[in-house]
Amino acid sequence: MPFRKKVQLMDAVTMDRTLIRIAHEIIERNKGVQDLVIIGIRTRGVPLARRIAKKIEEIEKVSIPMGILDITMYRDDLTAVGPQPIVRQTNIPFRINDKKVVLIDDVLFTGRTIRAALDSIIDLGRPKFIQLAVLIDRGHRELPIRADYVGKNVPTSLDEVVEVSVAEEDGKDSVILMEEEE
Amino acid sequence: MKKLLVKGGRVIDPANNLDEHRDLLIADGKIAQIGKQLEDKEAQIIDARGLIVAPGFIDMHCHLREPGREDEETIESGCRAAAAGGFTSVACMPNTNPPNDSQSVTDFILKQASEKGIVNIFPIGAATKGLLGEELAEIGELKGAGIVAVSDDGHPIYNSNLMRKALEYASMFDLPVIDHCEDKELSAHGVMNEGYYSTLLGLPGIPAAAEETMVARNIILSVLTGGQLHIAHISTKGSVELLRWAKAQGLKVTAEVTPHHFTLTDKEVCRYDTNTKMNPPLRSAEDIEAILQGIKDGTIDAIATDHAPHRGDEKNVEYADAPFGIIGLETAVPLALDRLVNRGVISISRMIAMFTVNPDRILKIERGTLSLEAAADVTLLNLSEVVKIDVNSFQSKSRNSPFHGWDLKGRAVMTIVAGNVVWSSKPIT
Amino acid sequence: MPLNRKDLLGIEPLSVEEVNLILDTAKAFKEVSTRDIKKVPTLRGKTIINLFFEPSTRTRTSFEIAGKRLSADILNISSSTSSVVKGETLIDTAKNLEAMYPDIIIIRHSRAGAPHLLANICRASIINAGDGAHEHPTQALLDAFTIRENKGQIKGLKVAIIGDILHSRVARSNIHLLTKLGAEVRIAGPATYIPVEIEKLGVKVFHHIDAALEGCDVVMMLRIQRERQDKSYLPSLREYFNLFGLTPERLKRAKKDVIIMHPGPLNRGVEISSEVADGPYSVILEQVTNGVAVRMAVLYLLMGGKYEEVVS
Repeated sequence: MPFRKKVQLMDAVTMDRTLIRIAHEIIERNKGVQDLVIIGIRTRGVPLARRIAKKIEEIEKVSIPMGILDITMYRDDLTAVGPQPIVRQTNIPFRINDKKVVLIDDVLFTGRTIRAALDSIIDLGRPKFIQLAVLIDRGHRELPIRADYVGKNVPTSLDEVVEVSVAEEDGKDSVILMEEEE
Repeated sequence: MKKLLVKGGRVIDPANNLDEHRDLLIADGKIAQIGKQLEDKEAQIIDARGLIVAPGFIDMHCHLREPGREDEETIESGCRAAAAGGFTSVACMPNTNPPNDSQSVTDFILKQASEKGIVNIFPIGAATKGLLGEELAEIGELKGAGIVAVSDDGHPIYNSNLMRKALEYASMFDLPVIDHCEDKELSAHGVMNEGYYSTLLGLPGIPAAAEETMVARNIILSVLTGGQLHIAHISTKGSVELLRWAKAQGLKVTAEVTPHHFTLTDKEVCRYDTNTKMNPPLRSAEDIEAILQGIKDGTIDAIATDHAPHRGDEKNVEYADAPFGIIGLETAVPLALDRLVNRGVISISRMIAMFTVNPDRILKIERGTLSLEAAADVTLLNLSEVVKIDVNSFQSKSRNSPFHGWDLKGRAVMTIVAGNVVWSSKPIT
Repeated sequence: MPLNRKDLLGIEPLSVEEVNLILDTAKAFKEVSTRDIKKVPTLRGKTIINLFFEPSTRTRTSFEIAGKRLSADILNISSSTSSVVKGETLIDTAKNLEAMYPDIIIIRHSRAGAPHLLANICRASIINAGDGAHEHPTQALLDAFTIRENKGQIKGLKVAIIGDILHSRVARSNIHLLTKLGAEVRIAGPATYIPVEIEKLGVKVFHHIDAALEGCDVVMMLRIQRERQDKSYLPSLREYFNLFGLTPERLKRAKKDVIIMHPGPLNRGVEISSEVADGPYSVILEQVTNGVAVRMAVLYLLMGGKYEEVVS
């Protein structure tokens, strides 16, 4: 199905600004960075998590543990039509027991990815709590899940697509709302 | 008096060097007249325009399983399969249960054949008692009962002294000794040809040498005894070369080949389909090349089916555990026409000789020609009709064929035994 | 690229891309075994049958642990408990198991081609866990995974496989896999243990172990099957060790960073001396660890690819 650009939601400058704000909110809500860890969900949650961790470090002058989560093993659509997802490594090089975990992803949509991520994290240990930060919340939740930090709320229709590009993966920073071509 | 007039066909009778368009009049079960534009008001007319009219085909090596394994084949069903395949005569191997090593078993087979068989049956007697390779069977008595050759079939006579005695003793009765040439020690537990594919598939192999050492031994014993030796289902390049040497020495040595051994290579085993398991096994492409050369230059005398029916569930097991053998009566003629004649290896006349006069010369059964007064066994062939092999339409009780689904060009379309049409691919008008 | 096949019957039919997919996927699954909770829900609700007609501890256990770490329900049927002893054919056994809707059947059988027989009649995915002298694909995959972990890549490595090649499914699967991935594969063993025309699989044949070891990066020792000892192949195990046993002295001919592998179980003093088996070059236990990861990957990939196949 071909898609075409409907509207640009973010560019490099606004994305950076948004991430700075989220970093500040995380520090504020958690009253500092004691026991704070950042975990990015593959694929685009990972560079976003790295950037947020870096910004927090710049603000607070302490290093923040940062991990990578691949939720493929926890997906609920393994036998659905379509090629199965490639499993990549989960790399969380620290224990998460009693930690304040902030999960980072690019787009919050149905909530199923976050459900898988929560299960996955809980299998890794018992954190003090888990918070969620996303760059875009486009609505249409299928599970009772909400984000603690939202870069931008974007009302969408189901046949639209939110395309997030990050420099580390795609060579540029942008968020574009795409719509189906007639 | 029942008469048949086969009109307009190309009559090929290698025994009489005949290859002309002729009409053929059959009366009283015998060939009454061959000529141009024959007329006979009483005779039933058979339109053979566009067809080959040949002497009835002989399969000198098949297994009819009766007595003993009537669940796999009976004399009655085997005869129907033979007729449907274009054969008017078959020689059946003695590996029944009990084996055909006595007059009473031969009598039983011939009685079943006369009551239920629609083609001629020529029993082959055991060379040794119980096919055990220990002492000679009563070959004289068996000859009296009607056998046309002796053989221990799939149990090669391993004891060289006993093989020598069999050749000597059988020669008193002018009987050939047919040997399945295999050194079972060399084959060990082999289940397929030893070569690249056995290595690839991890299946134990049967080396070509297992056949060739015994072919060589038997040829040397024929030098020693002067006995008549017939090598069953020759399958390797080395065997063809040994046979060629024997013939050059003027020895009384002949050989047959099966259609699968000139058609399929051991590559076919790759899917572990047990319908590719037979003994001797499917050999290499190089062996097939030598076999075709042996057919072409006349080294190999006859084509025989080695028809070996097995029940489906017995074949549908692990490759190593499946019995050896495939059925062949209903595929032999299409394979020979498609692979040998239509591909130009040999002429149609030579192919007919390999199914008629040549086996007759080995077995001396007075069949295989269209001479006047000869038994009116006739096979009609269509060289251009493409037949799709479908095991489910077979007359045989068994289905174990690797050729299911194959398209082959050329087939037998009518089989006449002693002046009676016993099978026809289309209703006779 | 998904693993677009219903069954894993051997290495021979796999493409290089498929092999790499399995090895890459195994890398992700290896991490699961290092967690406190060694379990992910990936194959929840899937039923896997371990159908073993030959004794095996290592392979059966490895598949069982792999299945359990993926949350599949996995059960074991071994020949002593099966109805084979009551004379049931393999086809009938398979049809009966099929009637209970398993998703995967893992089969180990003494007859080459037995898994193919099952694959032809079963909806379930069939995994060959060793069939006669034919193939043992997951063993070769875990071996390749272990080599890759130790050496970075397989292309260009010199690998010697030493022992009874004739009866070895491990050797066949490894030959297919390593030649596909560009290694130089040497085989060595007594002439009676070298199958005919093996050179056509792209290997070099040696009858002296020293020549085979020269400059090797990887040495794979095969088990000499004592139970299969037939005097027509080998005069004695003592003579075998003298001619082909891997000793520290002989190993000096290999590269300094050589790794020693063995599919197990070991015959100490027959094909390998204890000094070598327990020495610094041995990666034999890594092979066992990696076996679980590779088998998790195979189970996962076959389950993911299956639905597509049914649809098409």
